[in-house]
Amino acid sequence: MSEQTINADEPTRRDFIYVATGMLGAVGAAALAWPFIDQMRPDAAVRAAGQPVEIDVSGIEEGQAIIVTWRGRPFFVRRLTETEIAAASSLTEGDMKDFQPVDERIGGPAEAASEQWVVCSANCTHLGCIPTTVDDAPEGWSCPCHGSVFDMTGRILRGPAPINLPLPPYVFASESTLIVGTETAGA
Amino acid sequence: MSKFESHGSYTPATGFGKWIDARMPLPRLMHDSFVAYPVPRNLNYAYTFGGMLSIMLVAQILTGIVLAMHYTSSIDTAFSSVESIMRDVNSGWLLRYLHSNGASFFFIAVYLHIFRGMYYGSYKAPRELLWILGCIIYLLMMATAFMGYVLPWGQMSYWGAQVITGFFTAFPVVGEPIQQLLLGGFAVDEPTLNRFFSLHYLLPFMIAGVVILHVWALHVTGQTNPTGIEVKTKTDTIPFTPYATIKDAFALIVFFIAFAYFVFYIPNYLGHPDNYIEANPLVTPAHIVPEWYFLPFYAILRAITFNIGPIDSKLGGVLAMFGSIAVLFLLPWLDTSKIRSAVYRPWYKLFFWLFVADAIFLGWLGAKPAQGVYTLLAQLATAFYFAFFLIILPVLGLIETPRRTPNSITEAVLEKNKKRGRVAPSATPAE
Repeated sequence: MSEQTINADEPTRRDFIYVATGMLGAVGAAALAWPFIDQMRPDAAVRAAGQPVEIDVSGIEEGQAIIVTWRGRPFFVRRLTETEIAAASSLTEGDMKDFQPVDERIGGPAEAASEQWVVCSANCTHLGCIPTTVDDAPEGWSCPCHGSVFDMTGRILRGPAPINLPLPPYVFASESTLIVGTETAGA
Repeated sequence: MSKFESHGSYTPATGFGKWIDARMPLPRLMHDSFVAYPVPRNLNYAYTFGGMLSIMLVAQILTGIVLAMHYTSSIDTAFSSVESIMRDVNSGWLLRYLHSNGASFFFIAVYLHIFRGMYYGSYKAPRELLWILGCIIYLLMMATAFMGYVLPWGQMSYWGAQVITGFFTAFPVVGEPIQQLLLGGFAVDEPTLNRFFSLHYLLPFMIAGVVILHVWALHVTGQTNPTGIEVKTKTDTIPFTPYATIKDAFALIVFFIAFAYFVFYIPNYLGHPDNYIEANPLVTPAHIVPEWYFLPFYAILRAITFNIGPIDSKLGGVLAMFGSIAVLFLLPWLDTSKIRSAVYRPWYKLFFWLFVADAIFLGWLGAKPAQGVYTLLAQLATAFYFAFFLIILPVLGLIETPRRTPNSITEAVLEKNKKRGRVAPSATPAE
């Protein structure tokens, strides 16, 4: 080293060590920070609880609604009467901010003569409260927290909620069995 | 020596004191900061809330640490552990009521402290950083209080957590992943409660850290005072002890009497009965309201019921709510007036009191159902809230004619005494 001529413009070995240490340190700090953030995400048990759930719907009469849970979240299962479907169908695009036709919102078992089931999220799309089920066709749910009102099929009519109650993946395995969490029966 | 010349210097009396002083002069630092430290001679009782807040922080940490010895943060046992604190733990009821009402009184003091800062223009140069550090403390306080309210795992705890973490879903694309990151799941559940407990224990110590910075910044610039005129000579100041100390202590005792009245006579007055019902993820209480200290912001959140261009009403509400706090950080630059104190600004004084009324009105609206005329009133009150910061303050500084300001604090004090017919005291207060 003593024989080396020192040139002010040339990077020194200390410069090299400085840059190399700094870069490795930054990469190391970032790599170490990740597990601290990653541990906050849903863990394996929570993710495993996301498996589809089977629900016996044979006891639900027309006009009734129940709440079921999947992934720890509540979902409405509502069996509509013909008049309720008619009331929902009479609403037009002008009545709502997130229009979807009624047949995209309802479903039912393949064997049934007509589709009359609404399976939708029970968390208001505003801030997540559970809307109260009301029987005031075409109004079907109203949120106690901030006043959003949804129709019989979970479409937003008015209030602060920006979009309709989302539909989970679901399928009727039979006339009495609803599976929430998948779209393929027997999965 | 600076104009904030110290009124005395630390002289260790004992051999042990000298030994410490030569090695780690902490007693000297405390003496210079809280005994000999010079404060303006005209501070009134509005200036006592800072000291009160430090005491409240210590009180909350003490009761909190003891409560944590009896609390369990599991969704199966959290609610019953709080009930056992109330019924079984010796003096548990007192500790819990001190802690829960302590949070409310902490906020009462902080709001009065903030309003005092606004009235006397304490945020103006060179104290912008001092003000911003205060805003950070306020934000940390809100986060701490929110998470603390979730811990008893009552209905309001659960649904409050649901609604507040729901704010993040308003942001497109990143919103839902952020919410899941906060909750540790798809809904408020066990992981949520555990991390909230951990953070609720951590944040007060972060507040304590920022409080140290806040006090440090205060001691660099010195305190403001009701005249808004900087300290110019030594006669403008008096030593912190005994003058400010005894004033702070007296105000603290009066404050504690009110606090004790709530703790012992109406401990649940500021709470919600629904929180004595265990959390039920399948039933939302009919009327969700946050704790009183969040109500004005809650009213602002709910006031935005309309879309603003591409921003839907939900995102608009969340942005307005965050904006109503963010605007506080900008206050030192929004107020264009060169005069600090509202005492010499007739128009600002008027608008300041209107702003106070507006904030209280928003709080009242936040507790009302979000429908009908309340929504309209909340929209008007929200409009005034933002107009105060974004229009009135910048414009007022340019067009307002302030009253004549005295040349010095001493002059202002002597003038006032003369008006009251008192004999003018000598420049240095009698010891």
